[in-house]
Amino acid sequence: MKPASFAYHDPTTVADVVALLAEHEESRLLAGGQSLMPMMNFRFVQPAHLIDLNRVEELGFVRVGGNTLAFGAMTRQRQIQRDANVQQSCPIMIEALSHVGHRQTRARGTIGGSISHFDPSAELCNMAALHDAQLVLGRKGSQRTLDFDQFARGYLTTAIEPDEMLLEIRLGRWAKPQGFAFEEFSTRHGDFAICAVSCLVTLTGAGAIDTIAIAVSGVAPTPQRLRGFEIAARGQTPGHAFYREAAIQAAAIEAMSDAYTTADYRRHLARVLTYRALEKAVARFKSQDTK
Amino acid sequence: MTDTRDISVVVNGKSYGRAVDTRRTLGDFLRLDLGLTGTHFGCEHGACGACTVRVDGVAVRSCLMLAVQANEKSVQTIEGLAKGDILTPLQQAFQDRHALQCGFCTPGILMTMAEFLEENPAPSEADVRDALSGNICRCTGYQNIVDAVLQTADTLRKGRDAA
Repeated sequence: MKPASFAYHDPTTVADVVALLAEHEESRLLAGGQSLMPMMNFRFVQPAHLIDLNRVEELGFVRVGGNTLAFGAMTRQRQIQRDANVQQSCPIMIEALSHVGHRQTRARGTIGGSISHFDPSAELCNMAALHDAQLVLGRKGSQRTLDFDQFARGYLTTAIEPDEMLLEIRLGRWAKPQGFAFEEFSTRHGDFAICAVSCLVTLTGAGAIDTIAIAVSGVAPTPQRLRGFEIAARGQTPGHAFYREAAIQAAAIEAMSDAYTTADYRRHLARVLTYRALEKAVARFKSQDTK
Repeated sequence: MTDTRDISVVVNGKSYGRAVDTRRTLGDFLRLDLGLTGTHFGCEHGACGACTVRVDGVAVRSCLMLAVQANEKSVQTIEGLAKGDILTPLQQAFQDRHALQCGFCTPGILMTMAEFLEENPAPSEADVRDALSGNICRCTGYQNIVDAVLQTADTLRKGRDAA
């Protein structure tokens, strides 16, 4: 197998990339290549112009701001896993990344590539939803910043226009140490997830829910937050009934069905994994409290 | 329409200059242009791991990288491991522990595990199994591969202690 012919471009600056995007209509951006290259090998995708981002060094960075954690779109998944700031301030990213493909694919795969591709079960898209990500998009002469809900359009579909590119992903960083959990089910380790649920939580001194965020991916075409539940959860005391209520909410998401996995099974996984994620996140918050 | 580029790549310490189609994958470049057929192509979409090689030391899928992306980089393949008949400790352990049967997946596993052991000189069995998850073997059931990698870590540790 080999890709269909294309004209290859390997610019070294963002300015050159967006100029090429403006110039060539039938073009695709090549980030880490761990999704686009298979699709090109299968000839599902046959771009006339392939614009390789691997020499654009300005797109590889991790920056910690006051309440954001910002990643350049070409930052490799492995680089994020090994970043001391991420390990310390956003440990759930490390847990999520351990499910992303395998060591050889994380060595090439990038955060921006994953989020631009927007597979419904992709762990990094789940992380973007969980952290109320802001996505910085650039085109020739201008930039715009979208909230995750504006960015996420549907199955494998984002708000990125044909002449635009994703430049930066800004995750909202929680001020206080948080309990966290990332629970996923896939047939084999490193395979595409069927369903994944992530949870961040902080508790008050009295042990009630202070803040909670829950993101469910692999069920609907885009990752879903349980926003209604998150708001109603404030002040409640976590325990079996609380976890079960969250699980029921997750199982109520309208689920996709395909040749391999039925909607019923996705809802079942959403229910089970949500219960587990909340229970684990709360337990972790409590154990760090007692240290 | 064919788009070609001149590239120069160092493979197993030797420099090669070639004109390649830009759509040529790195794995096809190694096998078809350089005749280094030790790198195997299984699935050609990144699932099986048989084609794993090291580019500037990093283990990557050679079916998911273009040859042109390896321009001015250093590549190591399975042919670059042994020195003549002298096997590396990892290769020797694979022979000792019968960690291969048909051998099709072995080049990719060896290149992956060579990188893994450099970064994790004292891995647990769980670490090895996690690192192996990106390589599919249909013969062995993995147990002997895990044993061989753990034995290699042990051998290298004893070598360091003695030095």
